[in-house]
Amino acid sequence: MVPAVLVALLALVPLSFVVGYAISIGWDEAYRLTVRPRVAELLGNTARLVVAGVLLSAAIGVGGAWLVERTRLPGRRIWNALLVAPLAVPAFVSSYGWVSLTARVEGFAGAVLIVTLAYYPLVYLPVAAALRGLDPALEETAAALGLGPWRTFFRVVLPQLRPALFGGSLLVSLHLLAEFGALQMLRFPTFTTAIYDQYRSSFNGPAANMLAGVLVGCCALLLAAEQRWRGTARLSRLGSGTARRGERVRLGRWFAPAQLGLLAVVVLALGVPLGSLAYWLATGSSTAFPVADLTSATATSLGLGAVAALVTVLAALPLAWLAVRRRRPLTVLLERATYVSNALPAIVVALALVTVSIKFVRPVYQTTTLLVVAYLVMFLPRAVVSGRAALAQAAPVLEDVAHALGQGPLATFRRVTLPLISPGLGAGAALVFLAVATELTATLLLAPIGTQTLATQFWNESNALAYGAAAPYAALMVVVSLPATYLLTREARRSSPA
Amino acid sequence: MMPLTIRALEKSYGGPPVLAGVDLDVPAGSLTAILGPSGCGKTTLLRLIAGFLTPDAGTIHLGEQLVASRTRSVPTARRNVGYVAQEGALFPHLDVAANISFGLPRARRRGGARVDDLLDLVGLEPSLARRSPHELSGGQQQRVALARALAPEPGVVLLDEPFSSLDAGLRGETGRAVVQALRAIDATAVLVTHDQAEALSLADQVAVMRSGRLVQVGAPQALYEAPTDRGVAEFVGAAVVLPATWRDGAAECALGVLPVSVPNGLHPTAVMVRPEQLLLVAPDRAGVRGTVSEVSYYGHDASVRLVLEGSRSEVVARVRGSDAPTPGSLVGVSVDGAARAL
Repeated sequence: MVPAVLVALLALVPLSFVVGYAISIGWDEAYRLTVRPRVAELLGNTARLVVAGVLLSAAIGVGGAWLVERTRLPGRRIWNALLVAPLAVPAFVSSYGWVSLTARVEGFAGAVLIVTLAYYPLVYLPVAAALRGLDPALEETAAALGLGPWRTFFRVVLPQLRPALFGGSLLVSLHLLAEFGALQMLRFPTFTTAIYDQYRSSFNGPAANMLAGVLVGCCALLLAAEQRWRGTARLSRLGSGTARRGERVRLGRWFAPAQLGLLAVVVLALGVPLGSLAYWLATGSSTAFPVADLTSATATSLGLGAVAALVTVLAALPLAWLAVRRRRPLTVLLERATYVSNALPAIVVALALVTVSIKFVRPVYQTTTLLVVAYLVMFLPRAVVSGRAALAQAAPVLEDVAHALGQGPLATFRRVTLPLISPGLGAGAALVFLAVATELTATLLLAPIGTQTLATQFWNESNALAYGAAAPYAALMVVVSLPATYLLTREARRSSPA
Repeated sequence: MMPLTIRALEKSYGGPPVLAGVDLDVPAGSLTAILGPSGCGKTTLLRLIAGFLTPDAGTIHLGEQLVASRTRSVPTARRNVGYVAQEGALFPHLDVAANISFGLPRARRRGGARVDDLLDLVGLEPSLARRSPHELSGGQQQRVALARALAPEPGVVLLDEPFSSLDAGLRGETGRAVVQALRAIDATAVLVTHDQAEALSLADQVAVMRSGRLVQVGAPQALYEAPTDRGVAEFVGAAVVLPATWRDGAAECALGVLPVSVPNGLHPTAVMVRPEQLLLVAPDRAGVRGTVSEVSYYGHDASVRLVLEGSRSEVVARVRGSDAPTPGSLVGVSVDGAARAL
């Protein structure tokens, strides 16, 4: 119980900091810092980016999921893999791929295009899972009631996809609010990039902190909107038994446009960035291949990832255990507290930890410890979710049986519980590890001077327009991200939220 | 194998008592079924015996050893009990052999002789030893669970509704196999169930539980033929219960005057007969007649619902399927064997 409370409190530090800060500087000062032309401009930019990005992601995600899951499109397994694959390319790597080819992607249109192509799989995955779980009898009933295919889709299918679609859209919008690397590279200022610039240029605490407050407000608004519109209607299948698989739709004359549409998405989302990356890898001979730097950055990334994964999984275990085995209002609250950081942009977490550590625990500022704590706070939800799923697998009755067979608590843990939960814990650790290995924003702010990871080294090189020199770091990050993408896809395949 | 002795056992989870003073003796080498509807406290009783819970008052002895009282509780791991859970609860990460030998000391886990013996005991092929639990049918899983519980030679085996998740055909077969295995090693066993047919057919002794109390404990036949109250009578089988008045050692009721022996000190108000005791004969061959209102035909037998002439009482008779009358016909009703006072 005590460790769980401590971890939950730690996870709440960033949010408490933002709220506490806004309260401490008083209403007038907060008003002065918030209501000014610069903030209005950032708000406008952020809002139109989020709206356009979410709408476009929803269209691509739902369209792609429907084509793959419900039509007779050939090569559906390959399309599925290709449509999910952009998750393996960090958004800032993908924007590097574009911007190193042409400067015309800078600005609003380019930003929308690139971040949408990086994040639409977050809609695609849950919607595809929901489509798989739909009961075809409902569509058949609609057809029998005289509805054509289009009207059936909009009046029967789409309403059932609502939870999946809204959940996915929420994830996309939170990612867009938090996105730093890609937008900075595309020179499209939003709250997140502005906070970074403020912090870097002047260490201007109040302005950066207040911008962070507005950003957190936006996140809260989105969460509330999703809660409100998601609806409470019961959308699971009524009646017992497993649903049949529906008859797949023949595309007829839409066959060619559908194939071309998917092809365009895949080319733009994967082909261009990876092609560009390959080009820079090949022609990067203009720069000497920096084996030493590359090795040390890789070692740092992997090392940080491993330590953060271990620490995060250990921290998540008590929370997950309480949430599964001692489910009470208090333990549920503790568990939920850790999810808050899911909605907090990395820049806010980093900023909060910088300020709080300078103020209260000076010795940890500029240490690896603080960086690991930031990773812990940011990626705790992944570990808690995996830990919960793992513990749910290990039914308490199995422990009862082991006790009845003469095994004490330690032997039971070692011989029964641990073997049962270790795959789930391993998956959680892998997710944290891979997220850390490609993390950019918080690492830029918190890494001790001299510590370079793959992401920060890549950032330095591409900021200096040394695209060839940046390429090997980007390639390594993509390679490291692939297994995480596979894991996430598998998780999404297992659970169907509708 | 040891006897199990329970005295004045009480347990509550903060609210009303779940067990309100339970006394039970399970003789060594016998199988006792705890029979009751869901929520009556029978699973709590089993979990107290196993040591997953500690009692608020009362004692549990395994053989001579006091294993549980309000102040003392031997941990489950040291009680030497075998436990078979509702759905088998086989360890999913271990194969059948590793499951069975789980409770054996490390040295004895090697060498499959004991595993083969136990598989044979519960009626399974030795070739199953290398299978994973998910490759077994529900009935096979339950048999492996029993083999696992028996491996360390426990003093008493506890079975928590082990057959309720199986479908009807498999339930009977698995039940018989499990009881055969228990008898073969002369095990003391407690079986918790809500299925009266299961309790009557498998156990040496049946304890009927209601609202946290054991209301009657006895051999299956005694329980069925001589229930002490209407609740028990109706729980262990179908019953025809009619209000009655007593005169000269005989009961007068809607079925006529029935000779019923009344134990001393009781003041019964009703008589009970089982539906199979009611014989349907020609209308002129019996003192009591009735009109058939409904017939449920099952093949091997049939339930016939009758409205008796005069009293308008409704009774149910069970007859051979081939003897089922047609609804609306008039039949004579006579009683075969002794009726019971309630």
